[in-house]
Amino acid sequence: MFKRITAAEAAAMIKDRSRVAIGGFLAVGAPESLIDAVVAAKTKDLHIIVIASDWEDRGIGKLVANRQVRSAQVSHLGTNKEIQAQMNAGEIDIELVPQGTLMERVRAFGAGLGGVLTPTGLGTVVQEGKQIITLDGKDYLLEPAIPSDFALIKAHKADESGNLVYSKTARNSNPIMAKAGRITIVEVDEIVPTGELDPEHIVTPGVFVDYIVVKEV
Amino acid sequence: MDKRSRIGARIAAEFKDGDYVNLGIGLPTEAVNHIPEGVRVTLQSENGILGTGPQPAEGEEHPDMINAGGGFITANPGAVFFDSALSFAIIRGGHVDVTVLGALQVDQHGNLANWMIPGKMVPGMGGAMDLVTGAKKVIVAMEHVDKRGNPKILKECNLPLTAKGKVSLIITDLCVLEVTPAGLVLKELSDGVTVQQVIDATEAELIIPDELK
Repeated sequence: MFKRITAAEAAAMIKDRSRVAIGGFLAVGAPESLIDAVVAAKTKDLHIIVIASDWEDRGIGKLVANRQVRSAQVSHLGTNKEIQAQMNAGEIDIELVPQGTLMERVRAFGAGLGGVLTPTGLGTVVQEGKQIITLDGKDYLLEPAIPSDFALIKAHKADESGNLVYSKTARNSNPIMAKAGRITIVEVDEIVPTGELDPEHIVTPGVFVDYIVVKEV
Repeated sequence: MDKRSRIGARIAAEFKDGDYVNLGIGLPTEAVNHIPEGVRVTLQSENGILGTGPQPAEGEEHPDMINAGGGFITANPGAVFFDSALSFAIIRGGHVDVTVLGALQVDQHGNLANWMIPGKMVPGMGGAMDLVTGAKKVIVAMEHVDKRGNPKILKECNLPLTAKGKVSLIITDLCVLEVTPAGLVLKELSDGVTVQQVIDATEAELIIPDELK
């Protein structure tokens, strides 16, 4: 069962060089209170796993601007000039991963799988250094699962059992990352009494949730 | 009609009633303004919605309602929200009927390059590689030549590929080209455009059917 903590307490658990999966798509659905707390804690040399590098002042862009990110697995950098500048200067290592592949690799880790087979990236630079597996006459790339020490995600509501529901397109990578953190920390808008969320409508069961922080910004 | 509207209308003419469609950022989104009457199209956006509605009125924007380009959207009745893995199961699993994307380069083998220029611009592929790999029909919609007037339709792409051999139709301001095993076939000319203008603006070999000669 989850424990309720503050954003600062959450950030204090995350040590230098941790691997951190962070929810959100162009900062919509990003856990901004948790990110702000990690910025305040000045944790260094993080490896982050995120769909896109957001903007300089929103989402994970704040960690990049504060020079806390050493490396990242990400599908898109186009909206953040700072991360591109740090990449070009050799200050941050970027592995660009097709978005669907990134999600499946994260999902695989949370589901106890070693990786996935996907046709995405065949015949492109994504294929370089990867094993090709042929099944039924079709080629696939073997893409390994992506582990993370922490998942920092944003949900709309939790109930007192830790079950989560999301808001509109702010759902995006959050339910996948919720399942894939060795420790999963969820930022929510509110915690409601158990029984208030319809079991048919719950998206993430509380079994995946270790800590909950109520939004502070 | 201006150039962008013409391309948008020509894209929309490819949609069939009941299609599930994913439109890339920029020019492809122009198609939503030209969907023919009686054709019901459900728009998917890879950040997690099926049933994207029109842009909200000013002041009506919801902070949790965006499309994959980051623009504010509404949801049509019957819309569904889902997570990114499910979104790409729709895309990669072959459940999207048509995807329309822009291109830096496209070649006569149906290869597409649209995600980086080494040493210059590395925005990343986002969802483009999955879309081009998984959609039933891949349409490239773009200006026929680049800003400096150089051809973008080539014999062989020399930029890093998004996917190999997946493009089936190219719609530009000058013409419509179909990718076939024999090569690029000139299907239609835009009003007032000559075959010679298309040949001059294209590096790839073109197959010109008799009726257009």
